[in-house]
Amino acid sequence: MLQSDFAENRITSGRHLMHRLHIDLPLLIGLLILAGVGLFVLYSASGQDDSMILRQLVRLALAFFILIAVAQISPATLSFWSPWIYGVGLLLLFAVLVLGDIGKGAQRWLDIGIFRFQPSEILKLAVPMMIARFLADAQLPPNRKRLLIAAILIAIPALLVAKQPDLGTALLIGCAGVFVLFLAGLSWRFILIAIIAIAASAPFVWNLLRDYQQQRILTLLNPQNDPLGTGYHIIQSTIAIGSGGLYGKGWLNGTQSHLDFLPERNTDFIFAVFSEEFGFLGIMLLLLLYIFIISRCLVIAVQSQDTYSRLLAGSLALTFFVYLFVNIGMVSGLLPVVGVPLPLISYGGTSIVTLMAAFGILMSIQTHRKLLAG
Amino acid sequence: MPRFSSLTIKDHLRESGLINKRILISAIGTGILLLVLLARMFQLQIIDVQHYSSLSENNRVSLLPIPPTRGLIYDREGRLLAQNLPSFTLELVPEHVKNMSATLKTLQKLIRISHDELRNFHKQLRRKRRFEGVPLRFRLNDAEVARIAVNQYRLPGVEIRAQLSRHYPLGSLASHAIGYVSRINEEELRHLNASNYSATNYIGKVGVEKSYEHLLHGKVGFQRVETNAQGRVLRVLERTLPIPGKNIYLNLDARLQAIAEKGFKDNNGALVALDPNNGDVLALVSMPTFDPNLFVNGIDSKSYKALSQSPRRPLFNRALRGQYPPGSTLKPFIGLAGLELDVVKPSDTINCPGWYMLKNDDRRYRDWKKHGHGITNLRKAIVESCDVYFYGLSLALKIDRLHEYLSSFGLGKLTGIDISGELPGLMPSRAWKRRVYHQPWFPGETLITGIGQGFTLTTPLQLASITATLGDLGQRYQPQILHAIQQPGTGELSIQTAIPTGKVPIAKIEHWHTIIDIMQDVVSSLHGTARGISHHLSYRIAGKTGTAQVFGVKQDEEYVAKDVAKKLRDHALFIGFAPALKPRIAVAAIVENGGGGGSVAAPIVRKVMDYYLLKSKVNANATK
Repeated sequence: MLQSDFAENRITSGRHLMHRLHIDLPLLIGLLILAGVGLFVLYSASGQDDSMILRQLVRLALAFFILIAVAQISPATLSFWSPWIYGVGLLLLFAVLVLGDIGKGAQRWLDIGIFRFQPSEILKLAVPMMIARFLADAQLPPNRKRLLIAAILIAIPALLVAKQPDLGTALLIGCAGVFVLFLAGLSWRFILIAIIAIAASAPFVWNLLRDYQQQRILTLLNPQNDPLGTGYHIIQSTIAIGSGGLYGKGWLNGTQSHLDFLPERNTDFIFAVFSEEFGFLGIMLLLLLYIFIISRCLVIAVQSQDTYSRLLAGSLALTFFVYLFVNIGMVSGLLPVVGVPLPLISYGGTSIVTLMAAFGILMSIQTHRKLLAG
Repeated sequence: MPRFSSLTIKDHLRESGLINKRILISAIGTGILLLVLLARMFQLQIIDVQHYSSLSENNRVSLLPIPPTRGLIYDREGRLLAQNLPSFTLELVPEHVKNMSATLKTLQKLIRISHDELRNFHKQLRRKRRFEGVPLRFRLNDAEVARIAVNQYRLPGVEIRAQLSRHYPLGSLASHAIGYVSRINEEELRHLNASNYSATNYIGKVGVEKSYEHLLHGKVGFQRVETNAQGRVLRVLERTLPIPGKNIYLNLDARLQAIAEKGFKDNNGALVALDPNNGDVLALVSMPTFDPNLFVNGIDSKSYKALSQSPRRPLFNRALRGQYPPGSTLKPFIGLAGLELDVVKPSDTINCPGWYMLKNDDRRYRDWKKHGHGITNLRKAIVESCDVYFYGLSLALKIDRLHEYLSSFGLGKLTGIDISGELPGLMPSRAWKRRVYHQPWFPGETLITGIGQGFTLTTPLQLASITATLGDLGQRYQPQILHAIQQPGTGELSIQTAIPTGKVPIAKIEHWHTIIDIMQDVVSSLHGTARGISHHLSYRIAGKTGTAQVFGVKQDEEYVAKDVAKKLRDHALFIGFAPALKPRIAVAAIVENGGGGGSVAAPIVRKVMDYYLLKSKVNANATK
């Protein structure tokens, strides 16, 4: 009796500690498991490169630190600073356009002495924050004027990033903003009109796309057109996935990836390595893990206490899903190749930090609630 | 205030309800899209798994060829003529070499590396992949291998690779017959079975190496290896061993060949020895020879220039491609034609004043003997080589019949020897002259055809072949250098059978015996032009000397050998077979600018026959 009392006391104090640290335990556990799985896959994909794992580990540690740090900031503070963050992000984006480093043939990086970073990453968070703040300031659903302003607020950074050109990030920024609009009760009529408008402008947009972007879309439709050129990525990754079968070839046994057939196997195409080695069953488990994380995020959105938090949390959860969907869709040949990493599994710097910051915001929203009952 | 507050709460509830509804819709949408992804995975991994598995398998497994070992070449007595020796190649693997220029400098201090080799190396370096060895030096000798091996610790990426390389142990001996192998060129690459040669760098270029390439090469083997996308071999999964090329035995007798080659001393020329009973090529000499080993790993430009620009033309195969006027060696055949076509009888005589004149023509066709041979019958005409007799005889035969009869021996046609590159010579005719020169045939041309001059051209091989045909009483064979093919595994020899190519029509066999009898006198008679070789002769040779003019002597000039520059001197010829009545060897020899056939060419033939006929006797005695 005394013992059980003691145990119960410990659990509640544990919960209490987590709450005081502004950590949502289910979400944290889900993320840690995912990051752990990611390290295992990366170990295999990198050809058992210890130094790569170490670097990724350091990066993850930094990202989790940022998560905790961001979680300490209350939603009210976030809401207050949202326009400022958005404004600074936009300025940096312009700065990149003007004086940005030319890295990988695209102007994305800004060198600020100590390290280089991509301002577009900031906007992945700044855009939904800005739109949520803007829409939450007035009655929902938003009127036409507010809708138009919100659309412009989304379009400016999205187009700037697309111009860099970084279609993947532009897509994520656009989605994050649009999700806020959708959650805020954008009327179905508007949604229908928007879909028709997008469909109608498709030929026009097609002409705006760069040659390689057009090529990627054509490649998606028929990868065999250019099997050693643009189609190579998709052909090799579908071979990797398909040859995995039900059970996979086993960890470290993927031939496609280890024999260098699979390009970008540590970063954007790491899902193919996972699929080859762990098969259909592995994919189902991985998707379950993702579903758990997304569900938890949506639950946080539903449980949140103010409109700003609700909109932001919902948008971040859905954007996380977009990462997942676009990456897997692209690797499996359903979508054109756009540079979107598999969240928490792909090797890489800034995107992981941004993602974790987003989860920090979600944890902040969850843990800064005033307990109404009891 | 409370009113306001209740309104806020009401609005808030309404708003949160709206947003939560949208979140629910999103969750459903998310679920549907997840199902789409899962369906895609199901399609790839469950439905099409076979397809992608095999694609993946093909991706990583590739076939690497293994070169077959080239067949060996032996002479008829089993002496090795061509073999494969391990040769050491110095290779650099770029990805393991830390500092290329420093490494090359160090290597240059250790071993000799020529400019050409360095240039080739840099050319290949650009083409090969980082992990592939790039050859720098071929055929390192033992000292060089040792020097590299001792310094290997400070030369990362420098490797010595042993591979089999063709080697001709007898060097220049019979180089025109055996030929050589060398790098495959682009022209050959186009006609090759690419897969069978995928691992082979060398191919037979001339001689037996070329004509029996299909036997010597063998069949390529393969290993299935796992490779990465760059083609680097990671491990061997399966091996199909190559089938080595077949060893072959030639009819050539290396000792006989050596004796013949030595006989030429410093002269240019050719000699072909055949077995009249089957066409076996016992010796095929073209002088001067060259060292075929130079060609195997790519001849350097200096050596090649020396060979190709030498005025003695060592690369020219005179035995097959040298077309010479047969001169007087043709006389026994024209005599035989006269008998067989009933134009002349052995007892018919003419008077030879030392010249011959055609009707309505004041040109004098001279005899080599200024004051003539006097009263001359067929025997005397052949033994002493009277030109005037044959002027008359050929005129009586007329060019058409002469052409037809000599063609039946094979003059003007390829013999069909199993070495490529043979030239057909020329047996002129009326039709030929009209076709080529658009001119009628003149009687004077018939005269000089009768002494083997004029348009008539023969190769030494052809001369040997018609001599063999004469000795074997009209039976013709295709000259063959291949004696036997060794079956791999069992080691059993499958001996090649003779290939008869026809028979010269015979009117009366006595005519043939008469001519052969007369030809024996060429050697054994006191007046015979080849009497010089009759000394201590233990068997009978039927032969005929010949002299082929290199430049024309004007009407009233006289040919004085010592006054004429060596390269304009007459070619010396001798044909013969022995033993005369049941010949086992027939030989034709030509010594370029040698002068008289009896004094220069005949002694070489005597040595060849001595060795061939007497060594067998020694062997026969020994077995008794």
